Amino acid sequence: MKKEAKKTLIKLVVAVPLMFAFGFALVPLYDVFCEVTGINGKVFQSEYSEELVTDDGRTIAIQFISTNNENMPWTFKPSEQVMKIETGKYHAATFYVKNTTNKKMTAQAVPSVAPSNAAAHLKKLECFCFEQQELLPGEEALLPVKLLVSNELPSNIKNIILSYTIFDITDYDEEAIAHNQMAME
Amino acid sequence: MSAVIENHHDDHDHGPAKGITRWLYTTNHKDIGTLYLWFSFAMFLIGGAMAMVIRAELFQPGMQIVEPEFYNQMITLHGLIMIFGGVMPAFVGLANWLVPMMIGAPDMALPRMNNLSFWILPFAFFILLSSLFMEGGAPNFGWTFYAPLSTTYAPPSVTFFIFSVHIMGASSIMGAINVVVTIMNMRAPGVSLMKMPLFVWSWLITAYLLIAVMPVLAGAVTMMLMDIHFGTSFFNAAGGGDPVLFQHIFWFFGHPEVYIMILPAFGIVSHIIETFSRKQLFGYSSMVWAMLSIAILSFVVWAHHMFTVGLPLAAEIFFMWATMLIAVPTGVKVFNWVATMFRGSLTFETPMLFAVAFVVLFTIGGLSGLMLAIVPADFQYHDTYFVVAHFHYVLVPGAIFSIMAAVYYWIPKWSGNMYDERLGKLHFWLSFVGVNVTFFPQHFIGLAGMPRRYPDYALIFADWNMVSSVGAFLFGFSQLLFLFIVIKTVMGGKKATDQVWEGAKGLEWTVASPAPYHTFSTPPKVD
Repeated sequence: MKKEAKKTLIKLVVAVPLMFAFGFALVPLYDVFCEVTGINGKVFQSEYSEELVTDDGRTIAIQFISTNNENMPWTFKPSEQVMKIETGKYHAATFYVKNTTNKKMTAQAVPSVAPSNAAAHLKKLECFCFEQQELLPGEEALLPVKLLVSNELPSNIKNIILSYTIFDITDYDEEAIAHNQMAME
Repeated sequence: MSAVIENHHDDHDHGPAKGITRWLYTTNHKDIGTLYLWFSFAMFLIGGAMAMVIRAELFQPGMQIVEPEFYNQMITLHGLIMIFGGVMPAFVGLANWLVPMMIGAPDMALPRMNNLSFWILPFAFFILLSSLFMEGGAPNFGWTFYAPLSTTYAPPSVTFFIFSVHIMGASSIMGAINVVVTIMNMRAPGVSLMKMPLFVWSWLITAYLLIAVMPVLAGAVTMMLMDIHFGTSFFNAAGGGDPVLFQHIFWFFGHPEVYIMILPAFGIVSHIIETFSRKQLFGYSSMVWAMLSIAILSFVVWAHHMFTVGLPLAAEIFFMWATMLIAVPTGVKVFNWVATMFRGSLTFETPMLFAVAFVVLFTIGGLSGLMLAIVPADFQYHDTYFVVAHFHYVLVPGAIFSIMAAVYYWIPKWSGNMYDERLGKLHFWLSFVGVNVTFFPQHFIGLAGMPRRYPDYALIFADWNMVSSVGAFLFGFSQLLFLFIVIKTVMGGKKATDQVWEGAKGLEWTVASPAPYHTFSTPPKVD
């Protein structure tokens, strides 16, 4: 084979694993992109911030929705369906869960915010969705959320929906859970 | 065609080996091209048989012939087989036959890899088809294999599906690398880039697209494999993953893939229209630039397949305009073809009939694509039969008509015999009527709201579905005539001249018909 042909060949052969790696690189890129823009409704944990707290906030409604993923038998519902809250103030809400089965189970809740452009303005100080819940048979609990909606929320938004889907992750092995836990943080 | 060359003793430089080993061990670009073309024809018939099952079930509302589970397997396999087994290998086969002859090269640059890239394909499809007989049945999640349908809820055979996609990808990547190395390094002296025949240009661009996106597809199925078997959660929301991410990765591959299936068709049609118009092609360099810009744009439009997943407004608007922008270079090409025909001394042999039908029907498919690009309209059309009508218009009378046109156009050069013009025209008209009767009514039932991928439908869609099924049977069975014509031509018939067509230009028409086993062992002189 001619020398130039070999050069072309090598370049192309190198391009293949690079593009394969690029496919995988899309995963963290997607997460970063979503975190920066908040567009897929994912909300990450944030630190307490004095700057966000103001007194000249306005009143908006926040609705809580709970969904059980397929095959998830637990009772799972918000303590209050709607709360009137002030922007620029920390508020607390709770969700009620009960393990209705007769075996020990582990669950994970996954949050979503609508409308999606509100997600970037919703700051969660504390959320049960950041960790797994392990409940004994028949055990019940009140799960806390502590949140603040920043005053910079676009003025046309008067109503935010915060929904949680609860998944049964009892059968996931420890390693996978630890791995995913890392990925979420 | 091989009778003449038998007088040599074991001199492997001069003729094909005898028997089955000729095909198993061949490194000859013409042999491998033939293998690819026959393989894709076989896949076309298998995938077509599945389409017949689908249309038979949809002939009437209610469940008649197959179980819903089997119906889902049919639509999945029909899509996968037609795309990866029918259209793509057919284009690779044409590239094998034609690219070296068009640029005056003795063979492909990497002949042994060429053999490998073909011979792994039958295994890929054997694995895929064998999943039909496995417990739980074949893949049933549609050819787009969206997670979590293809992960959490998939039948056990999904692992075989993943493996077969890996093999298909490896085959395409090797084929593409081969094409690029050949075109970049083996052109005869005088064949500069901007003097290359358009089919060669179209394949050069296609090959780059393949190298860029097939590894991404391999990555997507690898992530699925890891989610299914190794406990990761790339696409699993319970573990912090995101199913929408799957769609982004898939369509980052999927949209360039769409152009992989149409760019070589652009090249073919340009040659045929030029020949039968007996004029020079109008706007050669704009054709090249149009293909390049389509290829580049194809990387920034993927999310128009997922307008309804809840993208932010800014993204919807960006992807809408980027998609519409593609209509500009595509329009340039259509106008160039029309301008080439304008005031030409046209004759309508079978290849030209297919090529003209391509221009008209592909444009219909392109325009329905523009309708789908409009975000608010797409919320209505998404996942309806309107989408099915759209992509079948660009793939059947688009890609497949161009392949048929290419076969009629070059088969005299390949076999040394002319095909039967009367039968060829009959095949064209049956296909033309069949394809329109099948897919045009699907626009109507789609706009009326019939969702795709269901084995049953509401009564109001009954009449047009019946029409569509009748058209599908006509189109499907007409392809047996095509098979007959090809076999008849290979077996014998009127001898073709070297130039074959009065207006044909290009190096492949300067060699004898049938093309000798080795051509351009010494490079031709090109001015």
